[in-house]
Formats: sequence, C-alpha cells, structure tokens
Amino acid sequence: MIEVSDLYKSFDQNHVLRGVNLKVHDGKSMVIIGASGQGKSVILKCLLGLIKPNSGKILLNGFDPNSRQKSVIRSKVGMLFQGGALFDSLPIWQNVAFRYLHGKQKINAKEARKIAIEKLERVGLKKSFADNFPSELSGGMQKRVALARAIATQPEIIFFDEPTTGLDPIMAQVINDLIRELVVELGITAVTITHDIQSVRSIADEVALLHNGIIQWSGLLNQLDKSKNKYLKQFIAGSTVGPIESLR
Amino acid sequence: MIGFTAYTGRMFLNLCSFIGELAIFCIRVFTNTLTPPFFMRAFFSSVVQIGWLSLPVVGITSFFTGGALALQIYAGGARFNAEEVVPSIVAIGMVRELGPVLGGLMVAARVASSIAAEIGTMKVTEQIDALSTLSTDPIKYLVVPRLVAAFLTVPLLVGIGDSIGILGGYVVGVTRLEFNNTIYLINSINYLELWDILSGLVKGAAFGCIIALMGCFFGMRCEKGARGVGQATKSAVVSASVLILAANYFLTEAFFSS
Repeated sequence: MIEVSDLYKSFDQNHVLRGVNLKVHDGKSMVIIGASGQGKSVILKCLLGLIKPNSGKILLNGFDPNSRQKSVIRSKVGMLFQGGALFDSLPIWQNVAFRYLHGKQKINAKEARKIAIEKLERVGLKKSFADNFPSELSGGMQKRVALARAIATQPEIIFFDEPTTGLDPIMAQVINDLIRELVVELGITAVTITHDIQSVRSIADEVALLHNGIIQWSGLLNQLDKSKNKYLKQFIAGSTVGPIESLR
Repeated sequence: MIGFTAYTGRMFLNLCSFIGELAIFCIRVFTNTLTPPFFMRAFFSSVVQIGWLSLPVVGITSFFTGGALALQIYAGGARFNAEEVVPSIVAIGMVRELGPVLGGLMVAARVASSIAAEIGTMKVTEQIDALSTLSTDPIKYLVVPRLVAAFLTVPLLVGIGDSIGILGGYVVGVTRLEFNNTIYLINSINYLELWDILSGLVKGAAFGCIIALMGCFFGMRCEKGARGVGQATKSAVVSASVLILAANYFLTEAFFSS
C-alpha cells in the first residue's frame, strides 16, 4: 500500500505540491494525470526518495522512502523513467540485470544474463538484442528494455513516468498493454504519471488529477467520464476553455 | 547603493553555498572511497580513459616543452657563459615543475571535460536517478573509481612525461646545440635528486584528485539541457586548471621553501 498525506514541496518561491493526499491499495494501478508543470514528476521523485519533501508523510508498504530505510524500500521498487534512462555505456542485458551484477542481490554474470534474457523476452524483445547498446535501439525498444529492468527483481511497487511519451500511437498502445499485463500478472502496486488519456484508459484501476499542487479529483476508472469535476472535464476534453489555464 | 549591496551580498552567499556544497561532496567522496563495495570494472575502465588514453597528449606536450626549455636555457645561459647548465636545468625544471603542471593541465583539459560531460549527460537523462533507484550510490559507482584511477595514473603520466621532456631536451641539445650526447645524459642525471622526482609525483597525485573531483562535482550538479552540460564542462576545466596552478604554488612552497 502506498500512502501519501499532506505532502508539501517547494523550490525557492515555487510551491509545487501544496498538500497532496493519495492512497493506492496493494495490487492496484493508480494513474496520476495533470497538465505539464503541475508537479507530477515531483510526486514520483518524492515517492522514490530522490527529492525530500518540505513536509508530509509518505509510506511505501510501511517504509518511509526518505528515511534511513531508503535502501530497504528501493530494493522492492521498480521505476520506468520517461526517457528510459538506460546506461549508455552498458549493453542491454547488463542494463536489465544491473541489480544482479552490482546490487545486494549480486549473482554470477552467467545467471544474471539468463535472467536478463528472460525479462527481455517477457517484454517482447528477442535474445539477439541482449548484446546491443541502448543507442542502437529505437525509442519503443528502449522503453521495453527499461520496463524489463524495472521488473527484473520482481518489485512489489512499480512507478511509470510518462511511459508512452515520444512513441507513435501503436507502440504507445503496445507499451500500455504490456504494463497492464505485467501489473495484473505480477500483482504489483503501480503508480503511473501521464497526460495521455489513452494510457489512462488502458492502465488505470484508479485515477487522480493533480492541479495547482493538490489532488483535485480521484476515483475509479469507470467514474472518469461521469465526473462533474470541472478540471477533469476540461482535461479529458482537451479544451482550452476552463479552469486549467492554457497559454495561447 | 542598496542594489549594489544586495548584489554583493547575494554573490557572497552564493559563494558560501558553493564552497559548502563542494566540501560536502568531497567528504562524501572520501568516506565512500574507504568503504565497500568497490566497482573494479569501472575503476579499470577509468584507468584506461584517464591514464592510457592521455599518454599521447602528455607525451607530445612534454617532448616539445623539453626541447623549447633547452633552447631557452641555452640562449639565456649564453649571456653569462653558462651554456653547460642546460641538461641539469632542463631535467630539474621538467621533474619539479613543468612535467607535473603541464601534464596536469593537459589531463585536466582532456579528462575533467570528458568526466563532466559524461556525468552531466547522465544527470540530464535521469541515469543518475536510475542508479539511485537501482540501490546503487552514484558517488560510489561514478565518482570513486574515477578519483582513485586519477590519483594513481596521473603521477605515472607525470613520470612518463618527465622522461619524455628530458628526452626532448636531449634531442634538441645534441642535434641543435651541439652537446656531446654522453655528457648531456650524465649532466641530466647527476644534478637530479630523488626528492626532485618524488615531489613531482606527489604533485601529480594531488592534481589527479583535483581533476577527478572537479569533473565529477560539476557533472553531478549539471543543470538541464545541452547548455547545462556545456556549462558543467567549461566550469570543470576552468576550475581544475586554476586549482592545479594554485595547488602547485602551495605544494612548491611546502616542499622547497626551506
């Protein structure tokens, strides 16, 4: 279970998060939507312990990611970064098996490679790609490798930062379907941030809309289109008229 | 007047903040250097990048510097009939001063820039965050291997550069200044003391630390975008070069002032 209460974060005079409250139950997939620059990535970085919030409480399966228990929780968490964040200097299989090669779960290289190839095949990549470098793959393939790395150590919680950004609609749907399959199959608790409504409909069990530093609306996926919330309605419609300001 | 005071105050506070940030970074690096795990593959890769691949540039620089030094000392010495000091002054000048300083500056230009650009790009593309989420401390994985590699390889480069510089002086002395080759070699070695050589190597080790720390520090605090990487690279090279020259003065003062 992920619990976030009264989360505040500011950068100098810019108050990005102004009291975020969120709860994600075990095995559920929560998608946080919102316009660009509203602090979605900041929430994720706070959840991962990469940014320390000004105040508020975060618990990931009972552990505070900003405390000394950071290393415990990180061993149970997977993350898919927006651009993949694959290590350029390492071949694909070493990217996927990074934790097995360098972390506390260290095993011999042969075993690590075997696991990496299994995970690559799970996300639809052939064994022959294992020795390529990230720069030799397309954007969609890099996302798959990043996904394989995120699930490599069977995490209890997984975070997805804009998983379909920069992909064509077909590849975006392939990634959405893969994420949904993995979350259901592995029973992982997932938090995704995106502004792609198609991704929301494919991945989410629950949805939350972040605007002006707070959660303006949250509910189940099937409540999304029925909601009367003016922020949500504008966001789904993609309208420039409404409470969410747009620069024209 | 108030504007000027506010500006000066802000600059002073920024400077204090920068020094504090650098001090905390150095403490974190040195404590991580002493505790496991150690990433040996990253270390050996850094040895190749910093040491082996810097050899040509250090060698060429040293050779020409030794040759030019021989010509200068000959021309200067001729004013008071002291041409015979060329071999010994070239040797002492190279191992005490020019070898370490020029070697350090050349490695700073080549290595500090590449470290800052590499780590800066990793920062911008979230690879540093990815390392953290994979339970790997970026300081341990990226900074410590480079620091240890620079600490060990830059003195070696300085030693090799010293030898090539003396060789450059020898080639110019024998071919252009008509020195007897045996006498040139004997004079080069006879006036050289062990401490001359050791002090140059100690300087090399200190410069190696400066180069790696500046490259990694500016890479780790790189701002977003191509401009940020460019800025980090420039800052790393400039600060490493200035610190090398400053450290050289203080080390020379400490080693030879008495």
